[in-house]
Amino acid sequence: MKVLYSFITVIVLIIVASIGASIANLHYVFGIIIPYLAFIMFVGGFIYRVVKWGRSPVPFRIPTTIGQQKSLPWIKQNKIENPSSAFGVIVRMAMEVFLFRSLFRNTKTELREGKNGPELSYGSAKWLWLGSLFFHWSFLIIIVRHLRFFLEPVPFLVQAFENVDGMLQIGLPAIYLTDVFILIAVTFLFFRRLVVPQVRYISLPADFFPLFMIMSIAGTGILMRYFFKVDLVAVKELAIGLATFQPVLPTDIGPMFFIHIFLVSILFAYFPMSKLMHMGGIFMSPTRNMMNNSRMVRHINPWNYDVEVHTYEHYEDEFRDKMKKAGLPVEKE
Amino acid sequence: MYKGGKIIASLIIFAALFTIPFFYNMGKVNAGPDVALETPAIQQLSDKQCVESPEFMRANHMKLLNQWREEAVRNGQTVYTNSQGTEFQISLQDTCLKCHATGSASNAVVLSNPATTTTGVSNPAINESPEFCASCHDYSAVEPKCWSCHFEPKEAAK
Repeated sequence: MKVLYSFITVIVLIIVASIGASIANLHYVFGIIIPYLAFIMFVGGFIYRVVKWGRSPVPFRIPTTIGQQKSLPWIKQNKIENPSSAFGVIVRMAMEVFLFRSLFRNTKTELREGKNGPELSYGSAKWLWLGSLFFHWSFLIIIVRHLRFFLEPVPFLVQAFENVDGMLQIGLPAIYLTDVFILIAVTFLFFRRLVVPQVRYISLPADFFPLFMIMSIAGTGILMRYFFKVDLVAVKELAIGLATFQPVLPTDIGPMFFIHIFLVSILFAYFPMSKLMHMGGIFMSPTRNMMNNSRMVRHINPWNYDVEVHTYEHYEDEFRDKMKKAGLPVEKE
Repeated sequence: MYKGGKIIASLIIFAALFTIPFFYNMGKVNAGPDVALETPAIQQLSDKQCVESPEFMRANHMKLLNQWREEAVRNGQTVYTNSQGTEFQISLQDTCLKCHATGSASNAVVLSNPATTTTGVSNPAINESPEFCASCHDYSAVEPKCWSCHFEPKEAAK
């Protein structure tokens, strides 16, 4: 049901885009206004969310660590998995952001029939890590590749990505490796949610919706490149027009383009209010981005209430005479 | 904000990354590619049509070229019959580039290339500029693989 709900939403979006593509008068809306709005919502919403997160206090050191903490000099510290320096944190964050270190440590638990009843066993589970890695890297390379539509002249780096991505030179236009990888990976991530009962149980429409969106975006992109051709030069003129704030709307771009750009716009607009914000959130994770130095530095809660304290020294100052009279011992005469 | 400096710096980097196209293209004119459709060879044609319709060629020229390569190199076929029944010789240099070469005779390059020296046939792929291909291909950053077998004319190098 949750799957169906997301699926129908995406289908409706595709139908809306197809209608927009078939009516020439709406091309201005679908090709120019909606992409601009989506871009504003994406950048603005992203900044809003990150600032909102930044305002929430993180008073204590709460890193989750998987290595030996800095301790006595003869005990070897794990400087990256349990960092006590900014450099360690940067390396740790880089491993998390680029290589998904914490997903690599993913385990699966299973109840097996043992001699004395069921036994709990743990095993390594790398498929999720591998799928995510392929998915995210492909997505990044695809986005960088798309810069060829937005930049004129096309920088060497973008061209280099393009050449490496199409290096197999299968067919014409050449097949991109990332297109293949992203489709396989996103399908895997989708079936994982459907097939594994525990994952299925905790999956929400908000988990399926981005998957379907990305599937459709990759799908329309591939269709547009290999089957229902669009006029690339016109597409680039439109894109450069958007980037120079002098929007032009070439005729005869091809309907598939409008479906593609509409879905991309919706995904970008939806981005800041969705789980996709893990793109910014990963950098804001206090369990990852903090040094584990609570034994070296005293961290004081910034909103601690000022408590009026009455120390013994003050107490004695106040009552010294009376204490002496009563014969009580005092520390200072 | 806690750690405000770092967060704001990161957000500026984020915004900068995503607004690269706006800054990169700032002040530039949105001029599409300048496609040379009025070469002397084309002007002489009575029926100004390519091997197939312009719409088809625009979308599918790479598939057609691929098909031609297979026909000529692997199947030994040298005649292509288009959708209207007209026959064309399958040759990049003698059919395509006959019209779609924009260089004039003045910039002809004399090269000791087997293609010219042994046959004696003038070779537009060598002598003429393929600006026609390059104009769109450079614009959309698509590298044609034609010149990995066919001799690349000097003018094709950017």
